[in-house]
Amino acid sequence: MIVFQKPHALTDKEFHYCPGCTHGIIHRLVAEALDKLEIEGTAIGIAPVGCAVMAYDYFACDMFEAAHGRAPAVATGIKRANPDRIVFTYQGDGDLASIGMAETVHAATRNENITIIFVNNAIYGMTGGQMAPTSLPGQVTQTSPYGRDVNLVGYPIRVCEMLATLDGPEYIERVAVNSVANVRKAGKAIEKAFRNQVEGKGFSLIEIVSACPTNWGMTPQKALQWIDEKMIPYYPLGVYKDRSAAKEAK
Amino acid sequence: MAEVVLMKGNEAIAESAIRSGCLYYFGYPITPQTEIAAYMAKTMPKRGGVFLQAESEIAAINMVYGVAGSGKRVMTSSSSPGVSLKQEGISYLAGSELPALIVNVQRGGPGLGGIQPSQSDYFQATKGGGHGDYHMIVLAPSSVQEMADLTSKAFDLADKYRMPAMLLADGTIGQMMEPVVLPEGKPNLIDKPWAANGTLMKRKHNIINSLNLDTPDLERQNFERYKKYAVVEENEVMYEDYMMEDAEVCIVAFGIAARVAKNAIAAARKEGIKAGLIRPITLWPFPKKPIAAAAEKPELKGFISVELSMGQMIEDVKLASSMKKPVELVNRAGGMIPTPDEVLTAIRKMAGGDK
Repeated sequence: MIVFQKPHALTDKEFHYCPGCTHGIIHRLVAEALDKLEIEGTAIGIAPVGCAVMAYDYFACDMFEAAHGRAPAVATGIKRANPDRIVFTYQGDGDLASIGMAETVHAATRNENITIIFVNNAIYGMTGGQMAPTSLPGQVTQTSPYGRDVNLVGYPIRVCEMLATLDGPEYIERVAVNSVANVRKAGKAIEKAFRNQVEGKGFSLIEIVSACPTNWGMTPQKALQWIDEKMIPYYPLGVYKDRSAAKEAK
Repeated sequence: MAEVVLMKGNEAIAESAIRSGCLYYFGYPITPQTEIAAYMAKTMPKRGGVFLQAESEIAAINMVYGVAGSGKRVMTSSSSPGVSLKQEGISYLAGSELPALIVNVQRGGPGLGGIQPSQSDYFQATKGGGHGDYHMIVLAPSSVQEMADLTSKAFDLADKYRMPAMLLADGTIGQMMEPVVLPEGKPNLIDKPWAANGTLMKRKHNIINSLNLDTPDLERQNFERYKKYAVVEENEVMYEDYMMEDAEVCIVAFGIAARVAKNAIAAARKEGIKAGLIRPITLWPFPKKPIAAAAEKPELKGFISVELSMGQMIEDVKLASSMKKPVELVNRAGGMIPTPDEVLTAIRKMAGGDK
């Protein structure tokens, strides 16, 4: 009896991610959602600039590689011209919350019927560990070598909380992938974000609090602990907006 | 007989685009091209198309990237400062070999500049504009009729060569009204098996991408792209030859400057000076051959590049003519337009030079 296998929506290409990186788990969760909803054939994914830049090689559906931060605009174009297709972006914190913030906010406020997978690991990974818009106060990075000084560079951005203030978006949830229980919850959230699109409900964004042991300078185990101890207190998990559920409750 | 209608240049672009099978428009307001967006906003919903006002020029060009990669005809339009913002996206379109139309109704610069007509984005349009080795096909209309015709042509060429095309107009032609015959009949749409529009589980995935970390392979891609550009240069040059058979003075001018030049040529000919015009219609590929041929003619005294800029196209005139004859510049900048008299004075000077 098969109890576990690689999802069909992932190719056989070997991941390039570092040991202990959680991109691999998140790729699998996305692919499982595509499999479960049987939407691999109609799905079009958009890779970011960042560690997941080569995600186009890993997902078996049609893929784009977008300019840094522009994935929600690219997704908007694809979805508007191909409303029967399932369009998703896969973006990191620098991509989505720094250089691409305008594209993120406006896709959300237009309630574009797309799915955004937002990987928040509080650091720029691909370029070697610089301060991100989501780096924690005091966090040491290559470009905040004395720790993030909020008086000099400001505070981390809580994307879910901010987007939830908009009337537009359908669904906003923050999850984490640092324990088996959290991975299962993350999988459910990602599946819901895709189902929302299939049902035409609109913009769904799932923020996934993730680990970057390489650039955090930690062992993989320590990095997962750090998520519990430092990241989640600043970025509380939960559903920040669920327009359909709110309507039903009324 | 096809119907003749009176339209603004900007509106002619919009209507021609829709008739050419472009059902997707993304833009951001900026003078002097906003009529295109306004026309699209009014018309697209009634014709089954999409108009979307993007949050920025950057977002608009990336929406274009998305639609183009999914295999459909798409366009954006802007004016000079906005087109600067689009350069990143245009480089990605070129790198990913995607066809799309970008319209630039130029205004005076640099910086925020002004809102009056200009041709000072010639370098940006013809030499690349964004980062990396690439070209766009650049078409320069000089009448409202050509706004319509070249819009249609730009879509066909972009699709044929899988590369972005630009309609490089200026505020005068954008704003002026003239009679125009719009394209009729079925647009020339081609199959795009490379498009990322869903595998439907019937094929391997298509990838729209400009990243290539395999350095020798990225070099190979660049050489391949330039082989394609060589074919475009060989086959797609368009220009108007006006009174050049016996010309002793050759004006080179495009867009509104060419219309000014024609008035000056008429006045010169009345005075017995044989002036003629080579009007590039494609700015890239540039009509090098007719300029090189003119430079060889014994009776030709020289070239006058007439431009609404500080002198940009003149560099290509010098290169194409190999400087075998003098190349002079008549120019106004910042939104000013040369008068026929200014051009005539330069013609007289060049014609009288040997007397």
